Amino acid sequence: MLEIKDLRARIEDQEILKGVNLTVKPGEVHAIMGPNGSGKSTLASVLAGREEYEVTGGEVWYDGKNLLDMEPDERAREGVFLAFQYPVELPGVSMSNFLKQAVNAVREHRGEAPLSAVEFLKLMKEKAALVHLDPSLKRRAVNEGFSGGEKKRNEIFQMAMLEPKLAILDETDSGLDIDALRIVADGVNQMRSPERAFLVITHYQRLLDYIVPDIVHVLVDGRIVKSGGKDLALKLEDLGYDWVKEQADAETLA
Amino acid sequence: MSSTETDFLQEVADSDYKYGFVTSIEAETAPKGLSEDTIRFISAKKEEPEWMLEWRLKAFRHWQSLLEKEAYPRWAHLEYPEIDFQDISYYSAPRTTPKYSSLDEVDPQLLDTFSRLGIPLEEQKVLAGVAVDVVMDSVSVATTFKAELEKLGIIFCSFGEAVREHPDLVRKHIGSVVPYTDNFYAALNSAVFSDGSFCYIPKGVRCPMELSTYFRINEAGTGQFERTLIIAEEGSYVSYLEGCTAPMRDENQLHAAVVEIIAHKDAEVKYSTIQNWYPGDQEGRGGIYNFVTKRGICAGDHAKISWTQLETGSAITWKYPSVILKGDHSVGEFYSVAFTKGRQQADTGTKMIHLGKNTRSTIISKGISAGHSNNSYRGLVKIGKNAANARNFSQCDSMLLGSTCGAHTFPYLEISNPTAQVEHEATTSKVGEDQIFYCKQRGISEQDAIKLIVNGFCREILTKLPMEFAVEARKLLDIELEGSVG
Repeated sequence: MLEIKDLRARIEDQEILKGVNLTVKPGEVHAIMGPNGSGKSTLASVLAGREEYEVTGGEVWYDGKNLLDMEPDERAREGVFLAFQYPVELPGVSMSNFLKQAVNAVREHRGEAPLSAVEFLKLMKEKAALVHLDPSLKRRAVNEGFSGGEKKRNEIFQMAMLEPKLAILDETDSGLDIDALRIVADGVNQMRSPERAFLVITHYQRLLDYIVPDIVHVLVDGRIVKSGGKDLALKLEDLGYDWVKEQADAETLA
Repeated sequence: MSSTETDFLQEVADSDYKYGFVTSIEAETAPKGLSEDTIRFISAKKEEPEWMLEWRLKAFRHWQSLLEKEAYPRWAHLEYPEIDFQDISYYSAPRTTPKYSSLDEVDPQLLDTFSRLGIPLEEQKVLAGVAVDVVMDSVSVATTFKAELEKLGIIFCSFGEAVREHPDLVRKHIGSVVPYTDNFYAALNSAVFSDGSFCYIPKGVRCPMELSTYFRINEAGTGQFERTLIIAEEGSYVSYLEGCTAPMRDENQLHAAVVEIIAHKDAEVKYSTIQNWYPGDQEGRGGIYNFVTKRGICAGDHAKISWTQLETGSAITWKYPSVILKGDHSVGEFYSVAFTKGRQQADTGTKMIHLGKNTRSTIISKGISAGHSNNSYRGLVKIGKNAANARNFSQCDSMLLGSTCGAHTFPYLEISNPTAQVEHEATTSKVGEDQIFYCKQRGISEQDAIKLIVNGFCREILTKLPMEFAVEARKLLDIELEGSVG
């Protein structure tokens, strides 16, 4: 579903991704871990098409298509979803208006008829319940006046509304207390399916207790230096990232 | 800013006026120029009584004295060439000025104009239940729902008809809120006003429908000088809508309207406007110059006047719908969205004059600028010395689309009573790249994202408009933003 080959990217003059390789198959959950500044969020941004980042090399194939050739909105309509680390506020734009446009844009792209007002509201109610959001949120402006936890739950809610094929969660756990974390993880777990893949980016192992990954990758200094099963995450939790770095450096020297 | 975004904003800024066409209906037009003879010609054409002519002439003499002193208002943040007042025709009426009993009798070309503007009279009558008094080229050609209103004692007719049929009411109130000495353009209007609307709501009557007048300018080189007078007697209520679109022009058209509202004790008047006149070409040539004086007075206790406006048109907009809060506990409101693009210039705002005790006013102004346009808010809050416990809240937000436009805020406060509470908030923002990216990541195109964000920015105001008008307003904003790609 997703194949990243030797991906390199920079912001301004600083090279952040220095050759990332990654293959994700439908139904898999991949966790990307790594110390601060290793390029985790950059990877998420580049996949979503944020324009501040310049791709300087490599390829990204998504469902047989060249992802890097697509505009961000096209990627979204093709089923790539990014749960933002810092969700953006849209003053005066109601959640229902925002999501109706988004859902119908995606549906139109898939050749489906737009949802009627009744169908849409029903869908909103059903999906909001998934992450314990009050249905009254449909009248609220997007992320405006939302608490930190609400914003993160709102991201997962939007994901549920849009039913993407590839969901990228960028530090969705940051700033969440344990109860909110559980709710978010529950929402994600309910969406796991054989057709859908997840890329879960996190600094801490904690989230992975709830969203159990198939594969864990460690990103250090713009490269994936180690991949393994879910036990790798536990080892990182115990020992920190230094030993991976040392191992990677030793391999590079060798 | 990304290159696609810049392209889109450029398209927004360059979008052509969607309603540019001219209907060739035969018209009877006064020769260009302005003198006492012109005033007499207009007054005679309109079969006016002597007192009306006298009033016009007094206004004309006053205006002439201002002209000699070159006392044009120059304080606004606007730039435009000097207007040659002798190069304008001051009267134009469709050749036939009939009183139609049904739409079938109306000139089909005229009806076609309306349908191209997207305002089919029939549909409005039936679906919206809106009584429409259409002012086209200065003379009313269709009035609907009149009988229904008459049963309630409501008078809703053209100004000319009011002068003939209800002279006492007109004579008593004309110039009582905006005297002809008020300003240069009010004086000009008082001298040459061609027609307009008159509305009278008797004591205790709640007008059951939105009263709506569509003003149009449809004759090359004709100044449009509308005059509106609304009188709401004690305990009455009326919601009044005014909307405008105009055919494309290749020369400047001067428009100087006057609107006067009188709200007596416990009366409420809601006045809503959509203004979408031709703004000129890319270089700003040929657009409408719109110099308007709108003012209401809360004459009695607990009276309320609200102005809500969406301003998207005109090359120049100079407009300050105001409220004089004379009655104790009276309320004044001003809600405004002004959108400028191309070379448009808008200097608009309000004046809230607090004279009575416990009077309250609210001002919310949203300015959106694109292209090379300039958008200014100018507002005065004045608290008189007897206006104990007067309160005002003002909020002025500006949004910039692109980096070649300007937004300005000029608040004036004059407070002569120590118990007054006055709050003023102002913000300026750009449509954020973050906001656009967020929308795009959800599958929404860049263009739709900008529309969403701008509509969100204006939401507070648009929701104040009556339902059917709000829908039209949103459409209009979308069209304005869409540019030629729509």
